[in-house]
Amino acid sequence: MAYPYRHEKETRVLSAHFGDPEARTFAGWRARGGYEGLKKALELGRDEVIEIVKASGLRGRGGAGFPTGLKWSFMPKDDGKPHYLLVNADESEPGAFKDRELIRWTPHQVIEGALIGAYAIRAVHVYIYMRGEFFEPAQILARAIEEAYANGVAGKDIMGSGVDIDVTLHIGAGAYICGEETGLMNSLEGRRGQPRVKPPFPAAVGAFGMPTTINNVETVSTVSHIIKNGAEWYRQWGTEKSPGTKLFNVSGHVVRRGNFELPLGFNLKELIYDVCGGIRDGRKLKAVIPGGSSVPILSADEIDIPLDYEGVAQAGSMLGTASVIVMDDRTNIVKTVRRMVEFYAHESCGQCTPCREGTEWLAKIMRRIEAGQGTEADLDTMLELGKNMTGTTICVLSDSAAVPIASSIKRFREDYLALMRPGSREGAVPAAV
Amino acid sequence: MANEQKETVTLTINGVQVTVPKGTRIIEAAEEAGVGIPHYCYHPGLSAPAMCRMCLVEVEGMPKLTPACVTTVAEGQVVNTESAKATAARTGVLEFYLANHPLDCPICDQAGECKLQDYVHQEGRKHGRNLEPKRVFGRDDFGGDILYEGSRCIMCTRCVRFMREIEGNEALGVVQRGNRSVIDTFFDDGLDSSNWAGNIVDICPVGALISKDFLHKARSWDLDHTNSICPSCSQGCNIRIDTRDNLVQRLKPRANPAVNSFWMCDYGRANYEWMNRADRIEAPLVRDAQGKLVATDWQQAVMQLVERLQARRGSGQVTVVGSPVHANEDNGLLAVLLKALGAGTALFRSARAEEEIPCFGFSKLARRRDLAANVRGLEIFGFTRTGDDAATGGLETAAAAKGVLIVLGDELADQPADFGADADLFVYLGEYLSPAARNAHFVLPLTTFAEQEGTFTNHEGRAQRFWPALQAPGLARPAWQVLGVVLAGLEVSQAPASAADAFLILGEHFAEFRGLSYEALGTRGALLNEPIKLAAGAAEVE
Repeated sequence: MAYPYRHEKETRVLSAHFGDPEARTFAGWRARGGYEGLKKALELGRDEVIEIVKASGLRGRGGAGFPTGLKWSFMPKDDGKPHYLLVNADESEPGAFKDRELIRWTPHQVIEGALIGAYAIRAVHVYIYMRGEFFEPAQILARAIEEAYANGVAGKDIMGSGVDIDVTLHIGAGAYICGEETGLMNSLEGRRGQPRVKPPFPAAVGAFGMPTTINNVETVSTVSHIIKNGAEWYRQWGTEKSPGTKLFNVSGHVVRRGNFELPLGFNLKELIYDVCGGIRDGRKLKAVIPGGSSVPILSADEIDIPLDYEGVAQAGSMLGTASVIVMDDRTNIVKTVRRMVEFYAHESCGQCTPCREGTEWLAKIMRRIEAGQGTEADLDTMLELGKNMTGTTICVLSDSAAVPIASSIKRFREDYLALMRPGSREGAVPAAV
Repeated sequence: MANEQKETVTLTINGVQVTVPKGTRIIEAAEEAGVGIPHYCYHPGLSAPAMCRMCLVEVEGMPKLTPACVTTVAEGQVVNTESAKATAARTGVLEFYLANHPLDCPICDQAGECKLQDYVHQEGRKHGRNLEPKRVFGRDDFGGDILYEGSRCIMCTRCVRFMREIEGNEALGVVQRGNRSVIDTFFDDGLDSSNWAGNIVDICPVGALISKDFLHKARSWDLDHTNSICPSCSQGCNIRIDTRDNLVQRLKPRANPAVNSFWMCDYGRANYEWMNRADRIEAPLVRDAQGKLVATDWQQAVMQLVERLQARRGSGQVTVVGSPVHANEDNGLLAVLLKALGAGTALFRSARAEEEIPCFGFSKLARRRDLAANVRGLEIFGFTRTGDDAATGGLETAAAAKGVLIVLGDELADQPADFGADADLFVYLGEYLSPAARNAHFVLPLTTFAEQEGTFTNHEGRAQRFWPALQAPGLARPAWQVLGVVLAGLEVSQAPASAADAFLILGEHFAEFRGLSYEALGTRGALLNEPIKLAAGAAEVE
């Protein structure tokens, strides 16, 4: 079975059955050891499940890397309210395509993990919020949920345990901001998809006003394996602070693009030049974004780093969703950054002023610079606008929009200046809005 | 319960220590401490979404700046609104506000009372850095009295929240997202059916929502502001009358948590043109020996009037007509005069609407059925309602009265030309000279409520003060002053030197007003002493 490509250095836990259509069915998943984790969890009891996940050191795979067990332990106990588990399948970060593959190939892995999480936090209902563009994954997941109900692992009295947990698939309408957990809750409730002010935190007042936990698809998918095999088993991979394996979704100018499951702490350079087969067409590497468009760009000489939460942070970037975007030496950095900033301007929900106005302002300046009408003062203006957009808004979309600007000016200033020299883009017209 | 201590929290804001109830938000506590925190989306009458990012303050121990409008106070909290970090954040945010703002202040009605102007002048950058073309939205007619200038909008969503939380009809919403966000109406009727939409013009911090009625009528700095009470129904909403060149330009609500919160209805807001009427009686007119009305001065008029009233004291044949848009002091002294002259009939007419218009978000507030401010006061003074719901008819006995007939304030526009022709003495105190009023022996020019000081008693028995907003025309005087001098002439009481004195005279004659004074009413008004018994047929739905 060759899911697009399998490299010997991979450690396949989550992706073990990628490319295997039989694993999509309930029977196929059961035959591959599926739902054993759920069964074990129901025997262990809610608090023990949380303890095991805590001990495993699993960190949220949605980008922020918050310890999952700790997050679950924030949920109130015996408050008499219905709790909810929301699975964030919005996967809207440019560059990310790992959750899509988890859902496409192993929908029951997602459902099983979500049920374990829901059981642990005393949730009565799992909502899987999926972005509207995921048409095929939505069909696959919807079928899997039906199967789960039909086989008694979801709904009333799951696996004969007396526990009731419903599972609902909710399809979004295609907004980046609905991947932000509070924006997701608003969207789920039928409101405008815009983030809420925290506090109150979702564990206190979440979806429909009730205690809620939001977990990423990859996070919940990992949980069943941890419960089945134990915390120590999971800690055999990765580092002390970033244990376990992780899906790295690599795109851009490499020979082999796709999802690669590697232990955390794997070297970025090794990922690009070995696992992914190096740069296409024998060209040279120019820049890498290690964790999706919201994290700082690294230059070619900064990539000899371990891919774990701490290692990437030390290099001045973030692991984020581990969505590695590789750019070769033909890449027009200014154009790339302009495109990213335009994305954020398009996706800003518009409630906070620094973001609503700042993202569009940055996009306008970038278009002008790209058209050869910029000056060096524009760079300073953009850096300062970016600073004013950071930490001043309800969510971090605003901060994210400033990231590619600041990091690209820091590392690729020459690319900007080249466009400012007389004659560089004579007669060029700013890109259409 | 009465002894229960409210839990309090003590914190420091800009070095000033304040103690406030637990649960207070920093922005409110700062006000207590005398510190104003700039804000757009926060409004004390609405929920706070914390999205304008203007009220970010530094709280010791918090890693990031925090919005003061949603952060509650904590014991020992140290808040700094003037730290380098906080001021830099505000300056930064203000620059974003101006990135697309058209800066069309010279043609904007909001100029001079615009929070964007204010804050940018206070803390904005001295020079703009924006070199990019600005985003332009057109003007949108929202229906009713409301226009929307999208380019000026700062997206604070106060209007959206007002419609949802106070009007109770989500007629407005934010459409599109990001920089393309605009406020828009749903469906065709927009705000046409709204009864409270005028308030969104008031709460809009900039010139995005503007009144068609006030459009380009006056610059805000040319307006004089006078505190007053809305005369258009018995709710008694606290208002501000804005005037220029001795003309009322607009009415604005004034906050009073006991009466109208921050709001007023569109009916009351629109009903002000009558205060600007120019067809006024400007001098006292006395019928001479030939039966002609001749202009005279007040001294002559009052002396002759006192003489003729003196002769009829105790005759018992007295009919008086009061006015529900005149002050307690005016109508009250008329009732005192009636008593001094002996028994008689006291009538009033007042328009009534078919039904109340309740306010969804503030249950104490409604456009009441009685479409005049002082119906309650008249009832306390012993006046009986007559006429129909359009305030016409019902004066047949007065029209044919034989003895003394005194009409105060009622224009008598619907009355026949021979009204009061049979009266032995017909005194007309009012503003306008209708054919019926021309039969009077004395025609005495009065000020409207907008030209004098006084009080109205609202539907729940709350007496509230108003102040003169306009210069009275010619020799027009407040009715309390005229009647006060007449009563002095009849040696009933001393002539009041001020409206405050006239109010004290009410206390001598009516238990409800006993012990009250203008000082006691203050700017917020006070409930009258006696529990209010509603007159039959005037039952208000609470």
